[in-house]
Amino acid sequence: MSSLPLAVPGRRRRRGIRHTLDVRVSPYAYVAPFFLLFCAFGLFPLVYTAWVSLHEWTLLSDEHTFVGMDNFGTLLADGYFWNATFNTLSIGVLSTVPQLVLAIWLAHLLNRRLRFQTLFRVSLLLPNVTSVVAVVVIFSQLYGRDFGMINWVLSWFGAGAIDWAAGTATSHIALSTMIMWRWTGYNALIFLAAMQAVPRELYEAATIDGASNFTQLRKITVPMIRPTMIFVVIVSTIGAMQIIAEPLLFGASTGVAQGGAANGGPDRQFQTLALFVYEQGFTKFDFGYASAASWLMFLAVVIVAGVNFLITRRVKGGLV
Amino acid sequence: MTPRIRRLAVPLLTASLLVLASAACGSGGGSDTAGSADTAAKPGEKVKLTIGLFGDFGFKPLYEEYKKTHPNVEIVENVTQFNDHHNNLVKRLATNAGAGDIEAVEVGYISTFTAQPAKFQDLKQYGLDKRQGDYLDWKWQQGLSKQGGQVLGLGTDVGGLAMCYRKDLFEKAGLPTDRTEVAALWPTWEQYIETGKKFAAADVAGAKFVDSPGEIFRAMVNQAPAGLYDAQDQIIVDSNPDVKKAWDLSNQLTAEKLTAKLAAFSPPWNTGFAKGSFATIICPAWMTGFIQEQAKDASGKWDIATVPGGSGNSGGSHLMIPKQSKHPKEAAELIDFLTSKENQAKVFKEEGTFPSIPSLYDDPSIQNFTKPFFGDAPIGKIYSEAAKALKPQHLGPKEAEVRVVIGDGLGRVEQGKQTPDQAWAQVLEDVKKIK
Repeated sequence: MSSLPLAVPGRRRRRGIRHTLDVRVSPYAYVAPFFLLFCAFGLFPLVYTAWVSLHEWTLLSDEHTFVGMDNFGTLLADGYFWNATFNTLSIGVLSTVPQLVLAIWLAHLLNRRLRFQTLFRVSLLLPNVTSVVAVVVIFSQLYGRDFGMINWVLSWFGAGAIDWAAGTATSHIALSTMIMWRWTGYNALIFLAAMQAVPRELYEAATIDGASNFTQLRKITVPMIRPTMIFVVIVSTIGAMQIIAEPLLFGASTGVAQGGAANGGPDRQFQTLALFVYEQGFTKFDFGYASAASWLMFLAVVIVAGVNFLITRRVKGGLV
Repeated sequence: MTPRIRRLAVPLLTASLLVLASAACGSGGGSDTAGSADTAAKPGEKVKLTIGLFGDFGFKPLYEEYKKTHPNVEIVENVTQFNDHHNNLVKRLATNAGAGDIEAVEVGYISTFTAQPAKFQDLKQYGLDKRQGDYLDWKWQQGLSKQGGQVLGLGTDVGGLAMCYRKDLFEKAGLPTDRTEVAALWPTWEQYIETGKKFAAADVAGAKFVDSPGEIFRAMVNQAPAGLYDAQDQIIVDSNPDVKKAWDLSNQLTAEKLTAKLAAFSPPWNTGFAKGSFATIICPAWMTGFIQEQAKDASGKWDIATVPGGSGNSGGSHLMIPKQSKHPKEAAELIDFLTSKENQAKVFKEEGTFPSIPSLYDDPSIQNFTKPFFGDAPIGKIYSEAAKALKPQHLGPKEAEVRVVIGDGLGRVEQGKQTPDQAWAQVLEDVKKIK
């Protein structure tokens, strides 16, 4: 660089500008690809959906009449929408709460010296990389009414054949186990990563003080991994609010959904919000109504995630 | 193993396990390639035709035959599930991308598509209006555009009705097994239910009288002069007494505990075939193909009798060419071939789907056709008689959607969620919402 003719003031100034530009502008150029993609595949659909939701808009007709908030009004009075909201929350709670408790426990078990610990840790992730289609098809067979393995085992204890997919509570339980099967290990690994950052000395000191294993988990581990817990709770909540593949395929592979797999059973007993949106949009082709529903669903996700954030934040952080 | 090798081996082993597992399970997702983005064909140039179906139409041997005379044509068949197939077609027409060169459309959906003539090729351009004389008149009419004028689809099969039954289960229940005697048991649906009660009283282990009320309901509605729609395309579910009667009779099957609660075309229904979970099933001609497919071990156990309540049509399809096809001329030629008189007869003999070409009905090769699987039942004669007696019914644009709503209602009663009256009230509410 020293070979450059430093004595020329004009060129020096220009270099200065280029340098400033480089420092000020380049970072934006580096992050631009993400934002461009986000605008194309995130922001634009969001805004366009809002626009569509204000119209009477079906796939079969090229005319889209502006109807203002009509779709939202109809939606709020639609019992099937509220039914889907209830199902989503019910399946969400039934799957997320046991899942996170189980994940913390598994992570705690693995957070110690074990033979083949990498094998154990990686195998936690196995259910997560399995295709959701395979998981639901297999679970649907396990939960089969006539020839399912679960009913077979239950029959040893004198239970009659349960029609898992037909009942509201039973279908929610069945779907929750599928979700837990896929996501417990994944969350356990995230918890495990956080737990490994907790200083060993704390456990050693607690052991000397005579604290039991469970007390250590409760008094040391959980408070120390609070930020991770907040993250996992929020991500799981958002995931649970968007469940669609499981109920859709469950309806199809148990045959309980008769003609339309998108209705979540003849009584809509396990139709989730996302499935409701799919039914309106892609089997009835009523895009206006489906768009309105997805916006309300978006708001519901924000509200539920926010509430969970506030609750999780109340878990005491740090060591008291 | 030295510690170092072990340190490497364990992650490697697990990683390879992961890859294996994901590869083994990754085949679950279906591919969605129904594109037809070839350029216009010059004579002798390779042409790839995609054909979208919803189940096995028995066309595969015909493709091979066709390729012998048309060596430049490659045929790719895409088969998806019934509802998905038709919903995808709606989407692909709307977005002008992704549809096949030939698409099969079932009668439940035919009016949905003939109402959009701009989205399809007029087969008249390719001279296929010459085929009109071959067809049952009503089958031909169903493939025309709403205003008449354009020929949008050529019929494949019609679904004349019969009733299939398991001879072995009937015997166990002390019922007659000969097909004329069985037919004499149920001239009407009420008598069919009475027979069911006798079957249930015999308490045959692991078997119910019928698979589920859904397809029975459809058959009963199809036997009426008017069904879910009137001639002006208005839904008349609430005012048509025949629909209500079919509803009541279907629910009577449930009330008498005659159904195995196996929804048609679901995986448990398939298992039910293999296990012999039901003794009778409503049998439009195309159903015989399903039974052969699903109940492979039950050869000779099934037989076919006439249907209660008179003749009717259930199902049947048309082949159409979406406007977006790049090779409409070649596609039209293939349709002409697949629906020709000879080939409809061939497909019937293999697959059971019954021709929509009436001159075949008195053809000795059809009349005398029997199938060992069905105890040498004269299925050619049975379905010819059924097809000849058919009175066509007007089908509306949302036929399939209305059927799903009613099917859900029957399902709620079957699963004990609602009384028939509650379910009917909800059905009428839901039908009103169909736009």
